[in-house]
Amino acid sequence: MSGAYLPLLLLFGVSILNAIGMVAASHLFSPRRDTPQKLMPYESGMIPLGSTRARFSVKFYMVAISFIVFDLETIFLIPWAVQMRELGWGPFLAMCMFVVVLAVGLLYEWKKGGLEWD
Amino acid sequence: MVDILFYVFAAVAIGGALGVVMAKSPVGSLLFMVTTLASVAGTYVLLEAHFLAAIQIIVYAGAIMVLFLFVIMLLNLGHDYHRDLKGGAYAVVSFAIVGAMAGMLQRQLRGSGITDAVASGGRAIDAAIAEHGAIGAIAEPLYTTYVVAFEITGILLLVAIVGALVLAKRNVA
Amino acid sequence: MESLQPISGIWAIVAGAVKVTGIFTVLMLTIAYTTLAERKISAWIQDRHGPNRAGPLGLLQPIADGIKNFLKEETLPATAARFFFVLAPMMVLFPSLVTFAVIPIAAPLPTPVGVVDMIIADVPIGILYVMAFSSLAVYGVVLGGWASNNKYAFLGGLRASAQMVSYEVALGLSLITVLMLAGNVTLPEIIWQQQQLGMWFAFPLSLGFLLFVISAFAETNRLPFDMPEAESELVTGYHTEYSAMKFSAYMIGEFGHMVTASALMATLFLGGWDLPGTWDNAFWYQGQLISGFAADGSVIMANPAVWKTLATLAGFVAKTSFFLVLYIWIRWTLPRFRYDQVMALGWKVMLPTSLAYLMLIALTILVLDEVGVAWGFGYGLALTAVSTVCTIAFVFFVDRGRTITGAAAQRAQRVEIKTIPQPAPAGD
Repeated sequence: MSGAYLPLLLLFGVSILNAIGMVAASHLFSPRRDTPQKLMPYESGMIPLGSTRARFSVKFYMVAISFIVFDLETIFLIPWAVQMRELGWGPFLAMCMFVVVLAVGLLYEWKKGGLEWD
Repeated sequence: MVDILFYVFAAVAIGGALGVVMAKSPVGSLLFMVTTLASVAGTYVLLEAHFLAAIQIIVYAGAIMVLFLFVIMLLNLGHDYHRDLKGGAYAVVSFAIVGAMAGMLQRQLRGSGITDAVASGGRAIDAAIAEHGAIGAIAEPLYTTYVVAFEITGILLLVAIVGALVLAKRNVA
Repeated sequence: MESLQPISGIWAIVAGAVKVTGIFTVLMLTIAYTTLAERKISAWIQDRHGPNRAGPLGLLQPIADGIKNFLKEETLPATAARFFFVLAPMMVLFPSLVTFAVIPIAAPLPTPVGVVDMIIADVPIGILYVMAFSSLAVYGVVLGGWASNNKYAFLGGLRASAQMVSYEVALGLSLITVLMLAGNVTLPEIIWQQQQLGMWFAFPLSLGFLLFVISAFAETNRLPFDMPEAESELVTGYHTEYSAMKFSAYMIGEFGHMVTASALMATLFLGGWDLPGTWDNAFWYQGQLISGFAADGSVIMANPAVWKTLATLAGFVAKTSFFLVLYIWIRWTLPRFRYDQVMALGWKVMLPTSLAYLMLIALTILVLDEVGVAWGFGYGLALTAVSTVCTIAFVFFVDRGRTITGAAAQRAQRVEIKTIPQPAPAGD
């Protein structure tokens, strides 16, 4: 392991301590005077109606799947991008094919309405 | 130093993995899984596999686990879930299988000169990183020698999009 | 040349510890004072004074806010998932505080015991480190919204996470163009290549810069992309149920992301700490600190100095502040998008554009290399020409005759009112 990572460990430690410390200190210093109204979920002053754990649109799931696919595409582009000038035309054409395949996927999703949000 | 860090990461990874199966709520399991993935990324760094460590966090912890979180919420798995595994027998069988696998690995690695191989491989990696940077070192084999596998990966991702669309849009039509 | 060695041994550990504490403290202070800057600038934009009671010009306001947040009463909704409710603010804070570590803040500083790089950790994965940890930021947001067991908070968390992952793709793809020009992922090398090219990447990669800025605004959930906390729809979104320091943690997290994103934009596209001219160029090349290559390919040694470090630090601060002010300025200039517009912009405009643009830039680079254009100012100019055409085409396409051209058309049609029509006198 290169020594470059060592200060990171220190920074992680400081950041975690800071995060825990801030929440803990606030908990120690702050008063607690709970009333039933205060403990209620905030719904603009109304008595909460129904369950919060309602099911939500499947579109969020589509977004997450599309995100994984295109995030992976980005990851595959990165090693090529940094060595692109050394690698030359062959890998460029391979990358063109790769991008076109995924562009077809995006186009398909678009035409099928997977990107619509209404 | 590296040894100590390795044991820390390994302990956190195993602890997180235990947490995944023992946590009461699915969201808790998910966070334990993120912890495990992050610790495995830490061991990758110790092995000089910098790019692998980065994509371990970006892809697994940052993308796939977000999908899992959405699915948990989509299926309304809140806190109220029922113990659906019988426990006992399953746990014994799984631990036996894991133990057998660990034993096989130990048999394979013992006396196979793996330490020397790792050391020389590490030196080769150091040289490659010095020349091309941590990311550039893997570019050439990926886009020349293994270009077919790389293109097939693209098609696999295409299939993933199509599959997700079919699942998500099935009830609309 | 004993002094031009990188710092090593015990001194490296000391320097590392000093840098971590120093940069961490300055980062926290910057975050605190960005909140004040936001309130002050918004006040000026709206013709008000802004906070001016705590200390001269209100300069002690962030400290007063901090003390207030420590002492305020916390609420913990009875129906919340307690553990995750407390954990979520911490999970927001952590990524926003650690991502700054790989951004160099100034030229290397010479000390009697060796040259110190002004960066917490020059890790080999550079920008990927930032991507990795900022991709973890989504957990704090979605978990906070879920654990609150509040409908508004839950919807806000969901919206935030869907928006953040959508724009992460465009952010990553616009970043690729920078990596193609820089040839490496570490930020010191990205700055070095901008020095070598003789121009900052904002010019040869102008469309990439524009896409990156837009995505960075969406990633930090700032206006016009602040859907997760659209107060007219969702109260305040995912932190509706949070109060006192836990609320403050969300604010610090948001402003921390803003500061890091600003520093990142400055580094990737405006040369980071680089100032015009070659006097400040410095880069570790095969163990030597060099400032460039002579015509015959031999290296020219760098000559680091304390004043150079301070001057470049000032340059970096100025560039980062520019983006911070831009964030605030845009917040009080543009109205909020609708959520379907946000998602459509991300998936149907940003993603295809950045993909096409990066392949075009790759093609241009390969053609320029094939023709034999030397890496330098001319190379940059050729890329600038291509990118400028792309940028104009993109802006024209996105505008669709509505804003920029639309305003011009309206001005042409405007009728000058010469006399103010008087109402007819009352009475009959």
